[in-house]
Amino acid sequence: MSGHSQYEPKTGFERWLDTRLPIVRFSADLMDFPTPKNLNYWWTFGGILAVCLGIQIVTGIVLAMHYVPHADHAFASVERIMRDVNYGWLIRYIHANGASMFFIAVYIHMFRGLYYGSYKAPREVLWILGCVIYLLMMATAFMGYVLPWGQMSFHGAVVITNLFGALPIVGKAITTWLWGGFAVDNATLNRFFSLHYLLPFMIAGVVGLHIWALHVPGNNNPTGVDVKSKEDTVPFHPYYTVKDGFAISVFLLMFATFVFYFPDVLGHADNYTPANPLVTPQHIVPEWYFLPFYAILRAVPDKLMGVILMFGAIVMLFILPWLDTSKVRSMRYRPTARLYFFIFVLACIVLGFCGAHPPDDHVIPGISGFQLLDSDINSFVWLSRFGALYYFGYFLVIIPVLGLTETPLPVPESISAPVLSHPANAPAGAAASPEKRG
Amino acid sequence: MLRKGIALAALALACLAGPALAATTHEEPKEISWGVEGPFGRFDQAQLQRGYKVYREVCSSCHAMDLMYFRNLGQKGGPFYDPKYSNPNNNPYVKAIAKDYQINDIDSETGDVVQRPGTSADKFPNPFPNEAAARASNGGALPPDLSVIIKAREEGPQYIYSLLSGYPAAPPAGLDVAPGKFYNPYYPGDLGAFWKGHGPAPKGGLISMPPPLAPGKVTFDDGKPSTVDQQARDVVAFLTWASEPKMEERKQFGLGAMIYLLIFSGLLWGSYRTLWRNVSH
Repeated sequence: MSGHSQYEPKTGFERWLDTRLPIVRFSADLMDFPTPKNLNYWWTFGGILAVCLGIQIVTGIVLAMHYVPHADHAFASVERIMRDVNYGWLIRYIHANGASMFFIAVYIHMFRGLYYGSYKAPREVLWILGCVIYLLMMATAFMGYVLPWGQMSFHGAVVITNLFGALPIVGKAITTWLWGGFAVDNATLNRFFSLHYLLPFMIAGVVGLHIWALHVPGNNNPTGVDVKSKEDTVPFHPYYTVKDGFAISVFLLMFATFVFYFPDVLGHADNYTPANPLVTPQHIVPEWYFLPFYAILRAVPDKLMGVILMFGAIVMLFILPWLDTSKVRSMRYRPTARLYFFIFVLACIVLGFCGAHPPDDHVIPGISGFQLLDSDINSFVWLSRFGALYYFGYFLVIIPVLGLTETPLPVPESISAPVLSHPANAPAGAAASPEKRG
Repeated sequence: MLRKGIALAALALACLAGPALAATTHEEPKEISWGVEGPFGRFDQAQLQRGYKVYREVCSSCHAMDLMYFRNLGQKGGPFYDPKYSNPNNNPYVKAIAKDYQINDIDSETGDVVQRPGTSADKFPNPFPNEAAARASNGGALPPDLSVIIKAREEGPQYIYSLLSGYPAAPPAGLDVAPGKFYNPYYPGDLGAFWKGHGPAPKGGLISMPPPLAPGKVTFDDGKPSTVDQQARDVVAFLTWASEPKMEERKQFGLGAMIYLLIFSGLLWGSYRTLWRNVSH
């Protein structure tokens, strides 16, 4: 923790406890934590994510009381939750849509970190812990989607677990070990349930480390300039508890809109048909939050290379702190980097779009391009390739080179400096914006 | 071995296929609306009753609804809900419907298989004892369970309505329709191999279900004219309700939740503005 503790035990019991287990001091210090006063709404997603995790764990525990992890009963038990359990429909829709909300929030949180350089020294460990959380989230979400044992659950599990089969020599053995047999079956479902219950608590543990690692250097902020004085900060409580609280409440409004009015729009109709190994759905598509990676996987004709690139896309995030050569944290002062960043966001969205379509479908319908290598140039497979190329190019070429070649804008002296020099905040009576005075 | 092969085939399909499947076509489903859509949408109870009658007299001879119990018919929002009977098991109308069915059971004294009249706590009986029997009676095709059929199809209500009411009087000339198969423009399929006519093959596919509805096939108790269109609309309303019996409850609950969150957000916004008033940021 930066700064020394302001906590003073007030009662005899608190003094007694403080010398044995200073848990009240710990909580008080968390609440008093000096936080930059210029954090914008992009910084509220940390709190939103904590709420998402809490909601998923609470609804998940209740669902587990009614769910039956058996290939013969899973589908019907989920429907029993929807039909016969008191408010089961509410709990299940919150949990199912909650996964999507969790990913919306985590993607915004990650893009915010990318834009404002929150991964740079001294926050590398904080960033990497975040990447670990993201990996755990993906594993948890994938296994959770298998549990209703619908058609997309089953065939999605088949496709994803088979990816490990692409590994040379050990691939087959690993796949069999994951399945607990020679095909995706009851044993697979049962262990996925077990792991789906375990992983959220591991996420909660890593979240604890993530917050610890946050409280050592303190928050980054939109200027990317370090906190210089007490004037730059406000105590976390009540300033950010209230601001985050407002953002959380607005986020919950959006969440509730999905739960109550569009509960199935983010899912697939196929998953309301019980799993049948003998009937394969026309298009096996993962949930929307995996689509960019799915597009990268399919962009490569070779299965092993596809798997390597897909995982490589996540490895990029882990090594990013050492790829970025720029001394300036925030892209607010890096106009060129900002442009490439927005193209990067666009590339991720385009990749997601590609992942949702069959690879050989035309991107622009009705127009036939020309054949390039194995596919028409006007196809989603080629669009995925361009997207993937930019994705990796951004991390491996643009970010390292740009830091050395670009000319950043002047960076303010301190957090308070740009705030105080802003015309709207100038002291009353000062000759601010004389040009507006007619 | 077979399963492994299927698993690998599924992977190959996901990674590589597409061209072979891209030829699957169907007509866009017809638009219908009957007031259940939207945040305040409610079912029309009379329509649910008519729809249930269509299901019982037509669909249920081949299609099971394994997730449905007779008591569901009398629960809040159901076709035969009566506020006098908060426990749907006691609803006399539901009891009477259930009693019309003979349900397989075990005689607790002798252990013999017996049949007894149904009760509100019984499931809708399955028309076939097992999948093999269902296929044997339907030319090899398996009539899908209808419990969640509306949610199990893209644009479920529109699709089922279009399928049921969209059989043409005769298949297009030049289409080779095997006995036991029926052309339906809304059923996804690839008719290239069966098309002997001029121009591109028609959209749609060959389905094993004969046209199930006909004018006057079901007599509606409320005197509604029994057209194919009306029967299709009503049975789709019933199936939509059955696919998610708690939909009305969800939307009502949602209204309260949204109002609560709006007020709560407003209060927090006010607190935030007040608190930060003197902080330049």
